[in-house]
Amino acid sequence: MIRLAVISGKGGTGKTMITAALAELLPGTLVLADCDVDAANLALLLKPELIRTEPFMGMKSAVIDPAVCTGCGECEMHCRFNAVHADGDVYRVSPLHCEGCAVCVHVCPVKAITMQPRQTGEIMYSQTERGHLVHACLVPGAGNSGLLVHAVKKMALEQDRDCALFLIDGPPGTGCPLISTISGVNIVLIVTEPSVSGLHDLKRVVAVCRQFRPRILVAINRFDLDESLTETIRQWCAEENIPLVGKIPFDAVVIDSVRQGVPVTRAGGSPAAQAIQVLKNNLERELQAL
Amino acid sequence: MKIAVASGKGGTGKTMVAANLAFTLSQTCQVTLVDCDVEEPNLHLFFPAPATATDVTVPVPVVDEKICDHCGACGEFCQYGALTVLRDRVLFFPELCHSCGGCTLVCPKIAIHEVPKRVGIVTCAIPLPRLNLVSGYLDAGSPFAVPVIKAAKTATVRDSLVIYDSSPGTSCPVIETLDGCDACILVTESTPFGLHDLQLAVDVADRLGVPAGIVINRSDGKDQATLDFCTNHGLDVIMTIPFERGIAAIQSRGDLLCRVRPEWQKAFSALYGKCCALAGVD
Repeated sequence: MIRLAVISGKGGTGKTMITAALAELLPGTLVLADCDVDAANLALLLKPELIRTEPFMGMKSAVIDPAVCTGCGECEMHCRFNAVHADGDVYRVSPLHCEGCAVCVHVCPVKAITMQPRQTGEIMYSQTERGHLVHACLVPGAGNSGLLVHAVKKMALEQDRDCALFLIDGPPGTGCPLISTISGVNIVLIVTEPSVSGLHDLKRVVAVCRQFRPRILVAINRFDLDESLTETIRQWCAEENIPLVGKIPFDAVVIDSVRQGVPVTRAGGSPAAQAIQVLKNNLERELQAL
Repeated sequence: MKIAVASGKGGTGKTMVAANLAFTLSQTCQVTLVDCDVEEPNLHLFFPAPATATDVTVPVPVVDEKICDHCGACGEFCQYGALTVLRDRVLFFPELCHSCGGCTLVCPKIAIHEVPKRVGIVTCAIPLPRLNLVSGYLDAGSPFAVPVIKAAKTATVRDSLVIYDSSPGTSCPVIETLDGCDACILVTESTPFGLHDLQLAVDVADRLGVPAGIVINRSDGKDQATLDFCTNHGLDVIMTIPFERGIAAIQSRGDLLCRVRPEWQKAFSALYGKCCALAGVD
């Protein structure tokens, strides 16, 4: 199974729009995963039918029993995440800040603190026209998004291991969820845009990807909004030996199709849809060459 | 007054709003702008200036093998699996360590001490006479954004007017940025993606008790679903920025709307007024 992740560095460059279109166009069996677990949007375009959900249990969280707590404050003093605060005569843990390290449990002289499991999200297993989709919903404000990404990928790999292609819609950024997304993938497709921020973020995300050694490809979305910056990005990719496999023009049809909740390629031969067809052809050659 | 600019969805225009708000305020008063999107910081692109950098470090354990008797207590305690105790040595996986210090506390031989490990930098610059810019940069390959955000916020703790530009999403980095702010601006766009992620961002602000106002960016007039959501949740739309290729081009090349078209400063001054009203400050 080939594992392909669509990522971006900068947010809002068009990852999800392109992933949904590629899911429509790429041939063969595939399984999909939405690893942007903070703000998952792929399902809004693919309209999947839900098969089942599973709770996601993140790290355990510390809970202080107020009936046992003597208010000595050892827990607050040792917590490095600023998660424990006085509440009247006793102490209380803020679940939003607790990272589950259990240091407070260790230092509490009266054993008032226990680690309790907590559900910080939900993993959904769904059916789309093109195959199964694993997506998730992180409780807003919960941590462990990297762990949830790992759980999403694991479910897709276990349930659909016979598929030819594993297509992942990734998160923005370069931190924990991104690293969890790209670990073990064969190809990353980085979607950028012709802006100083787009180029800057492209360089940073490439630096992170190179630590994981997948094949790196780049596509430029809305390339005609600034042709000279598009040329700068093209040159930079050439210098870095990164193939530029697609250039998609600004096209109002893209926003219309997002509003209708369908992949842009379904709306027919718009300029954006035609450009994504070219991107798909280039990508197919890359997949075959692996 | 501490204002965070956040969004849920990426690429909606957080940095654009934060940069123009800070630029406008700096025309008349002292303001600090903080880039808390440490995974992909961009504000320095709009305010180029020489900057001084400070390393951000976190404490990580070092095991003194001369004292360690491989009892296994540290590996058993570590909730993150960052320490594995073998018969004759201890393996440490720094990318899994959260720097909680637990291993140093549980070691019966006191064989573990902590040393600083760099995870990023914080830079400070003065790009305009009344504007301080503080930016956090996470090192490539480091998974832990929170300590870098914390360091950037700590560097501005004494400043009275601060604007924080958040990363997208709804998890730990956003919590760290919003925590303790007097108000937050949630920037959205009028698409189903924008609205879906706005709902999540509103939920986060709610949980932290930070009052939120909504900015609709790149509006093409089809904002009804977003406006209905705001009405139903008692949220005010405190600014609407139209979609216009000219505005997009200013942002793309790293310039500022309020510098190129000074008439926009009035709108950003009004935005600040509405943030003060949200925070209950006159």
